[in-house]
Amino acid sequence: MIIAAVPGFPGNQTSLNPVGPGAGRIEGEFALIFWITAIVYCLVLIALIVYVARRRHSMSDIPEPMPTTPQSDRWAKVAVSGAMVVTVLLLFTMMIGSFVTGHALGNMNRQTAYTIDVYAHQWWWEVQYPNDEPYKTVVTANEIHVPLGVQLRIHGTSRDVIHSFWAPNVQGKRDLMPGYDTDVMMQIDQPGRWRGQCAEYCGEQHAHMSFYMVAEPNHQFQQWLEQQAQSSIAPSTPQTVHGQQVFLSHACVMCHTIRGTPAGSRVGPDLTHLASRATIAAGLLPNTIGNLGGWILNAQALKPGCSMPPNQMTGSDLQDLLAYLGTLK
Amino acid sequence: MITTTAIESTAELTDQERLQAARLESVWREPRGWGWFKAVHHTTIGKRYAVTAFVFFGLAGLLAGGMRLQLAFPEAHILSNDLYNQFFTMHGSTMMFLFAVPMMFEALSVYLVPLMVGTRNIAFPRLNAYSYYLYLFGGLMFYVAFLCNTGADRGWFSYVPLAGPDYGPGKRPDFWAQLITFTEVSGLAVAVEIVVTVFKLRAPGMSLNRIPIFVWGQVVTAFMVIFSLPGVVLSSTMLLLDRTCNTQFFNPAVGGDVLLFQHLFWWFGHPEVYIIFIPGTAVISTIVTTFSRRHVFGYLVLVLSLVATGFMAFGLWVHHMFATGIPQIAESYFTAASMMIAIPTGAQIFCWIATLATGKVVLKTPMWWAIGFFFVFIMGGMTGIFVASVPVDLQVHDTYFVVAHFHYVLIGGAVFPLFGAIAYWFPKVTGRMMSEKLGQATFWLFFIGFNITFFPMHLVGLRGMPRRVYTYPANMGWTTLNQIESLGYVLLFIAVCLLLVNVSRSLRHGAPAGSNPWKAGTLEWATMSPPPHYNFLHLPTVNGREALWDAAPNQPVVVGLDEDVRSFLMTRSLDAEPDTRDEFPRPTIWPFLAAVATSIAFIASIFTPWGITLGAIPVAITMIGWFWPDRQPAEHRRTREIWQSE
Repeated sequence: MIIAAVPGFPGNQTSLNPVGPGAGRIEGEFALIFWITAIVYCLVLIALIVYVARRRHSMSDIPEPMPTTPQSDRWAKVAVSGAMVVTVLLLFTMMIGSFVTGHALGNMNRQTAYTIDVYAHQWWWEVQYPNDEPYKTVVTANEIHVPLGVQLRIHGTSRDVIHSFWAPNVQGKRDLMPGYDTDVMMQIDQPGRWRGQCAEYCGEQHAHMSFYMVAEPNHQFQQWLEQQAQSSIAPSTPQTVHGQQVFLSHACVMCHTIRGTPAGSRVGPDLTHLASRATIAAGLLPNTIGNLGGWILNAQALKPGCSMPPNQMTGSDLQDLLAYLGTLK
Repeated sequence: MITTTAIESTAELTDQERLQAARLESVWREPRGWGWFKAVHHTTIGKRYAVTAFVFFGLAGLLAGGMRLQLAFPEAHILSNDLYNQFFTMHGSTMMFLFAVPMMFEALSVYLVPLMVGTRNIAFPRLNAYSYYLYLFGGLMFYVAFLCNTGADRGWFSYVPLAGPDYGPGKRPDFWAQLITFTEVSGLAVAVEIVVTVFKLRAPGMSLNRIPIFVWGQVVTAFMVIFSLPGVVLSSTMLLLDRTCNTQFFNPAVGGDVLLFQHLFWWFGHPEVYIIFIPGTAVISTIVTTFSRRHVFGYLVLVLSLVATGFMAFGLWVHHMFATGIPQIAESYFTAASMMIAIPTGAQIFCWIATLATGKVVLKTPMWWAIGFFFVFIMGGMTGIFVASVPVDLQVHDTYFVVAHFHYVLIGGAVFPLFGAIAYWFPKVTGRMMSEKLGQATFWLFFIGFNITFFPMHLVGLRGMPRRVYTYPANMGWTTLNQIESLGYVLLFIAVCLLLVNVSRSLRHGAPAGSNPWKAGTLEWATMSPPPHYNFLHLPTVNGREALWDAAPNQPVVVGLDEDVRSFLMTRSLDAEPDTRDEFPRPTIWPFLAAVATSIAFIASIFTPWGITLGAIPVAITMIGWFWPDRQPAEHRRTREIWQSE
């Protein structure tokens, strides 16, 4: 396969910069089709231009129709038949390439793979790391930490409408549909934050439904997992104690979970380790105090149509709440 | 009375022919004034289809401008997300249901097919009028809803459950579902008319192997319409039932299935693409033939390619659903089928190039559009191979790469041929030539603008930009490409304006065209420009594939039809030997009233299921009026036959 023979693009959300075997194989098939079709396209159009130029009738009148006979068309018949034979052969080449690639993608090993559950919501991603001991199950959102070089099984479905899970540097997309469970096999071989985005139109905020796949060495990943499995740290300063009060006495508890507190609703993202995540609102904004404050006060201005309602609170309440949320590492 | 099918123009008529023309005119003329609503002649209805479809093309084009403006800047707030989602849904739905099919299939075939097969009107002319009004009312309803902030916003495909009762509140998806009903009823009606016109009303001598390729294209399209449209009517009706009658077809919580909708929708949706571009390729065959000054090379191959495309189109619908995760064996089948569609298309392209290469190429405006078609449409075909391969499709599906792909296919396969067709048939329809200079300027502006707008979409799609997003972050490397695309839109906009200027100027000041300005070979050029309401003074007979080029020196005409009623000749399906005579119905207001009653029923059903039950009553009444036996022509005939037998 001709890898990387197509113009690349060094992005973190592009199929042109594969960082795993899935996207890599697809790029190979892409390159095969790219080169065949590009050459054929050029040849066909050069033939067109040459013939139009050569056979052009230069007067402004329209000449009488020409008589045609099977003899006069004989060479055209040969040329067209030849072109058809070549077309069919090239199509078969690309088709076989496609079958081989599809087969390789389909046969990635499921048995030994590390499983991560992804549940799509309008408009964010719920991520779970199942564990045989249920209390160790990790629940987070919009940030999928994965170990490098390990075969992954992303098991997904949707909680509402159809979404599509797509991190192009890693693997092709897969629709997550209500009523259907699906598995996508993938593996990441390069450390980094690889961006993904919902690729099936899912309503008002389809544009703001991204996530990150954070690939890190296995020991780092295990550390992260262990830390995420912990309950939240109890607030220790008067400000953060009050901040937790604010959280528990406002609408926040109606939708969010912070493990270790009475807040246990599963409508919105789990906030137990909110401060450890780099972005908020499904990749819309960097997770800074300012952004988080704006988000809490009026999410509708930032992501119109999302489920997060505007929240009214005094400035000092907000300060304390933000301080508390900032401790949820 | 045997004369040749020499080109007719009033100046050349004998006194006797003038008298005959006056008699025919008095029988066939269309009512004036309020009679506008009674018109049933195919040229009248065909023009209405074309003008209406062009207006919708303009509206959808303006919506595209709104989208390009919004996407010219990252995280822009020019359009709200709600408005943007309505814009792209309206744009897609309008282009597919209110422009592409009504224009490429309905307008072109209704106007041209009866002329090209040499008859006086389309089969079932009242049904034709009815179907036009339904289409018009459906489109008006859709845009009135849009202006009332009830524009459809769930995509032109309206997948469930997003468009279902739980996630699509309000009435927006209901208006979309009923738009489908309106346009599909109208499309099905025209399909039936075209099939019957082509198989029963051809000029004597036009056996199956002499039917013009344009007509073959439209007849294949008509069959595809008949077989595919029920799929989308079914899915949109089930959606409407889920929304208004609490059925649960698509609700997974109680055993409904969200994938069912996609299968039904794409059973229609894929053939739809071919329904749009088969007429386009048929136009290209016509233009290439006329402007290469020779019979098209490989007539049989071209016809079989059209038929093969029509059949194969029904075996590929799943390639729109590769990302849903389907079994590998099905993947392989649909990949193979999708790639094989390139064979008939490739065969057509090679035949056209062979025709050009062995003819004398006359570079008039229609031919320029045909050349543009080659550049654009073949590119769309090539990117089609990428999306046919399952693994590659999983990366490009629902990205801007696909947006680029299908704009290359559909603008290349429909709009380029359409603009060529406008330049080509404008002299026939209006009797005046369009300006060559303006025409070629329009072509170059449109061609360049098109590529600037849509080529970068391939790149931005490969760089990871999904479709149907109302905005995007600034740091993704997409901004510059999006801005180039938006600039290209400006050129496209100017090009379409220039086309309109050319049309309106030529309507008044264009040089008189005469009956056959391009010295073309098909029958529509055998009559005056514009054609009279009886189409042909002398109904022609046919002696070859290009009727006018192959006409014998004393080619006979059809005689023996009554001239005091709207009589026409029916011929046999295969060899087009004369079979029987029959009469076309006269103009009447009933199809219009029936369309109004049907529209009321359809629109009411958006708000209450009783809309169909109670709405059926006025529909039944108008239908009774429509089919009320009209004895006068029969009386005429009986009197005449008695006279003749004596």
